[in-house]
Amino acid sequence: MSENKTGAYICQGCGLGERLDTSQLVTIATRDGKANVAKEHEFLCSAEGVKMIQDDIDNEGVNKVVIAACSRRAKTDAFRFDDVAMSRANLREGVIWVRPDTDEARETTQEMADDYVRMACAEVKHMKLPESSGEQSLNRHLMVVGGGISGLTSAIEAAKAGYKVDLVEKSGELGGQVGKLYKSVPRKNGLQGYVDSEIGELIEAVNANDNITIHLNTTVAGTEGAPGRFKAELATESGSTSSIEIGAIVQATGFRRYDINQLDNLGGGKSPDVVDQMGFEELAKAANGGTIKRPSDGKEVSNVVFVQCAGQRSNEPGHLNYCSGHCCTTSIKQAMYVRDAGGDATVLFDDLRTPGATGEDFYRAGQEKGVAFSKGKCTSVDTSGDLKVNFKDLILDEDATANADMVVLATGMVPASGPNPYLQLELDEAKNQEGQEEKVVKLEAELAKAPDSILNLSYRQGTDVPHLKNGFTDSHFICFPYETRRTGIYTAGPVRRPMDTSQAIEDATGATMKAIQACENAAQGRAAHPRSGDLSFPSFRKEGCTQCKRCTVECPFGAIDEDEKGYPQYNEARCRRCGTCMGACPVRVISFENYSVETVGQQLKNVDIPDEFDEKPRILVLACENDAYPALDMAGMNREEISPWARIIPVRCLGSVNTIWITDALNSGYDGVMLMGCQKGDNYQCHFVKGSEMAHYRMSKIDDTLKTLNLEKERVQTYEVSIADIQRIPKLINDMDKMIVDEIGMSPFKF
Amino acid sequence: MSNLNQAMIEKYRSSFLNEVEANVEEGHWVKMCMQCGVCSGSCPLGPHWEHPPQELFMMIRANEREAVLKSDSMWMCTSCYNCIARCPRGLPITHIMHGLATYAKRLNLVPKKQPTAEFGQMFWDSLSKNGRVNELKIGVGLYFKDGFAQGVKNAMAGRELGMAMMKTQRMNAMEYFGGHKCKDTSGIQKMLKKAQEFEDQQITRFDGKEG
Amino acid sequence: MAKKEYSFYPGCSSQKKASADNYLRSTYSMCDALDIKLNEIDDWNCCGASIGYAGGGEVPRIALSARNVALSAQQNPDQDLVATCAACWLSTREAQERIEENDKVREGVNAALDEIGLKIEGEQPKARHMVEALIEDIGFDELASGVQKPLEGIKIAGYVGCQTNRPFGIAGESFENPKYLDHMIESMGAQAVDRYDKKVACCSGALMFSEPEKGHALVKDIIEAAYDGGADMIVTPCPLCQMNVESYQKEINKTFKTKFEMPVVYYSQLISVAYGKSAKESALDGQIIPVKQLEDVTNK
Repeated sequence: MSENKTGAYICQGCGLGERLDTSQLVTIATRDGKANVAKEHEFLCSAEGVKMIQDDIDNEGVNKVVIAACSRRAKTDAFRFDDVAMSRANLREGVIWVRPDTDEARETTQEMADDYVRMACAEVKHMKLPESSGEQSLNRHLMVVGGGISGLTSAIEAAKAGYKVDLVEKSGELGGQVGKLYKSVPRKNGLQGYVDSEIGELIEAVNANDNITIHLNTTVAGTEGAPGRFKAELATESGSTSSIEIGAIVQATGFRRYDINQLDNLGGGKSPDVVDQMGFEELAKAANGGTIKRPSDGKEVSNVVFVQCAGQRSNEPGHLNYCSGHCCTTSIKQAMYVRDAGGDATVLFDDLRTPGATGEDFYRAGQEKGVAFSKGKCTSVDTSGDLKVNFKDLILDEDATANADMVVLATGMVPASGPNPYLQLELDEAKNQEGQEEKVVKLEAELAKAPDSILNLSYRQGTDVPHLKNGFTDSHFICFPYETRRTGIYTAGPVRRPMDTSQAIEDATGATMKAIQACENAAQGRAAHPRSGDLSFPSFRKEGCTQCKRCTVECPFGAIDEDEKGYPQYNEARCRRCGTCMGACPVRVISFENYSVETVGQQLKNVDIPDEFDEKPRILVLACENDAYPALDMAGMNREEISPWARIIPVRCLGSVNTIWITDALNSGYDGVMLMGCQKGDNYQCHFVKGSEMAHYRMSKIDDTLKTLNLEKERVQTYEVSIADIQRIPKLINDMDKMIVDEIGMSPFKF
Repeated sequence: MSNLNQAMIEKYRSSFLNEVEANVEEGHWVKMCMQCGVCSGSCPLGPHWEHPPQELFMMIRANEREAVLKSDSMWMCTSCYNCIARCPRGLPITHIMHGLATYAKRLNLVPKKQPTAEFGQMFWDSLSKNGRVNELKIGVGLYFKDGFAQGVKNAMAGRELGMAMMKTQRMNAMEYFGGHKCKDTSGIQKMLKKAQEFEDQQITRFDGKEG
Repeated sequence: MAKKEYSFYPGCSSQKKASADNYLRSTYSMCDALDIKLNEIDDWNCCGASIGYAGGGEVPRIALSARNVALSAQQNPDQDLVATCAACWLSTREAQERIEENDKVREGVNAALDEIGLKIEGEQPKARHMVEALIEDIGFDELASGVQKPLEGIKIAGYVGCQTNRPFGIAGESFENPKYLDHMIESMGAQAVDRYDKKVACCSGALMFSEPEKGHALVKDIIEAAYDGGADMIVTPCPLCQMNVESYQKEINKTFKTKFEMPVVYYSQLISVAYGKSAKESALDGQIIPVKQLEDVTNK
């Protein structure tokens, strides 16, 4: 690009022309915004309006475009221009729709619009066109770790899409836990009762597929690289190793059985006739349709009691505090085995949960077959003589006892995930600090119990994908459930959350699709969710870097490694483009082409700050583009009134907010600063997992800055908001306005 | 206890659920209850049931035979059909309650002086005698069901309503001496007798003595 | 208006000088106005009602309804069997359904009918409630078009009750908030109480006789909700509802210290009055609690 030429285009449609002095906006764009071209149009998103802009791009050399019209989230198809940088001044949702149409409001409404035009001009001036790094090419090859139902499904789905697959299985055979079942719960038509498992056919199909290479008795000894250019070392039991290059990874390592010996009050480990569900499947498989024989004396069982929620959905020590989802349906299936062989079967449940399309009908089928269902809580299993199940009948509100030949405990799923990657890092950090001995001991004990690594990643942030709770791997379960916190690595099946076979199949299919998408995106330098398609990626100015490692530590996705000198090493394809590194950098050397300390900093500096005695405060709102900003747009659509003093700037994630923006704003005379991000914590909604949390943490330290400036700490506030907070967000802003006017007064920093 | 009751106890010793499935109207549905309790919460006389429907179903499964059949609860059914309309499992709960009541009555296990059982019997006797119900006779019968003295008291209390009904031509004192009836009363009686025989056979058929 | 003809099953309460005498009279008056011919089933018998189970089992009870169905088919072939009483309609439909679905019941019922030379075979007459016939065969618009004396300024609570509503109900209506009675009220030029809280609540049915205290408590709520909705009167499609809600108000007033005096009428009376029939034809003299506003309309 030879020289920069900015064109500002001001729309008069949707009431903008009536409510605002658009010719004044043209003047502002030219005078303050230094736009080379500035034009009004009565209907900018019309074909004619768009053509006007395109003509200027084609004929006048305009390469930076300011659209002063509706929200950046509206009319994105109309306002799409190739090869130019573009910013949007939100005059519709952001100004006229949130202000009353009255004579007295006219002046302040116009001031808002003036500022947004100035801001957009300033932003676009510092934006560059992003270009892909070209770090990786297209590698249509996946590694699938785990040969159970999820892994097999993933392999076959990828192969069907023309991808090559290396399927890595630790044991000597394919099939996993599902392969050990006698019969399956049907995926369609639950009323038909149990059906033959599909796993045999699936294994055959995988074996027969030329696109799939199977590695039995094999583990992953090391993984390095990024989407599109992963390298994995495979180690076999015999000690031989091999190396493969893959574009993306699906980890389908499934679950482990909960240790039944921990449930000795329910007879676990005390009688061989008290088994878990997998144990009962083994017996059913051995009986092969005949009467099941019990382990202790080989007696044919005629009366089996199934105890639901054994050691799960409970907060007792050693128990699992979650529901494993499949166990009620599995017990119904196993009770049918017993009924079909002529025996009696009782399912002792508290809440019977049969999720999925077939679940309810399958439950009915069990009832039709005469499986007895008792709503009761098992208190103990007496193993001293014949088995006796003691329970509290929750309907009849009385203690009761059921005799049984065998008792099946519906225990939960324990995810077969790798170790929490942050434990080792935390330990290393604790060891380097004084007075952390206690923490060191605790972390060492925890690490000693940790399972072996599965992927052995050579990442700065540890060997495996991070966990959320209870060892299940982390993913944004509402918006992008397959995305782990390691781009290009997808977990599927019960390692991600408890689930049944049908769900695991669906999960594996979805994860495989995302893995394929990751390969394709990587080849083009495009981001994964939620900024899908984004070509910008962070780079840093090496001469300014102090090797402080904040960026490599705080990146929620472990995207940044370190070289031997401690400088950050970016991996474009691992990056989600949230900007958390940019927010973290104390020396502000990290930036994206089109999103940087400058693009935001210049916006806030270009707002006109009236004199203290004008009694027109200014409130800077940095709003997350994922939830807070859409909620503000919707507030506009609902005509919720917002204070005329607010100036709102969307940010990619609250994690990208660099504290210099806050300091700059306060120094420029803003009276209040509001940060709005998504919910953080275990039930986070943050689209970049840790961004909102990091921002809250950083802002908790801003008080010192305020103190040095001699400003009230109430002037800077951080909020967790959701996309549904359409009334709440305007209220928060209006409350800030009120507090400034009524309580703390104007900032003394207005010059 | 009736002999039939004893026979049924012996026949279905191990499972009251099986007995209900075989002998109670729509009884095969009982096993399909999923214990959500919507029926109990929907019943207009819910608070007056010692054991609401959901609990009766659980008691049947728990073999609490006597407690179920001797219960006053199913006699609280007003036949409003709310439970049927709302049961997520589609159980014909109203009919099952009627069926349990009928079965308890057949086994002679209904609590003494159960007012709805007594009133219902009077109603049935009236209609099976005449083919149609004699409202006046049932009304008067109801007053006197607890003896003459109570009856006079009841009748005095209800006198005002009776007078109002007559004044509006909605009751006729002459009804007491005959009144509305079908022409073919003997045919109806024959029909009902046959139907009753058929139903009795259904219950006794499988006990090894008959059929 | 096309002349309609139905096989008519009035039921025990709708006999001369029985408790729903006013229902019977106003039904004939309404049908006359609407040009509907009712062919009463000769020698019909009691349906067993909802309380019959205390005396008779499944097969005897169903046999009772089966006799009516067989007589209807014999006497009025190709005519729908129309009942005005909710319990009669319900029992008949239920019996037909059970005979259709349960082989054992069908066997027993036919054995019993055989005693009197009747049989259930072939296509059975469709059992319908009178309101179904009005809604489906005539329709609200046409009902409204024939109104001569609109019931203007009268606010009415449409009390649907139980058995016209559940388990079969009127096609297209919800169990929790059926609207047909409201539409009918509005078709007659009156105003329906919006969101009548107890629209589908139970009046205690036959238990009013055996458990009067419990019954009065239920009816108290039904009337109270009508007053809360600003109703001048209650309208109902069921004879037992009418009887239970209208005739115990004095006793309820005594027990609950209320001052209820809420008229309770049948839809057939509303239509009869709105179509210009006299107070006597509309059986307004059959009300225990006089319904002055309707009488005023008839005097217009």
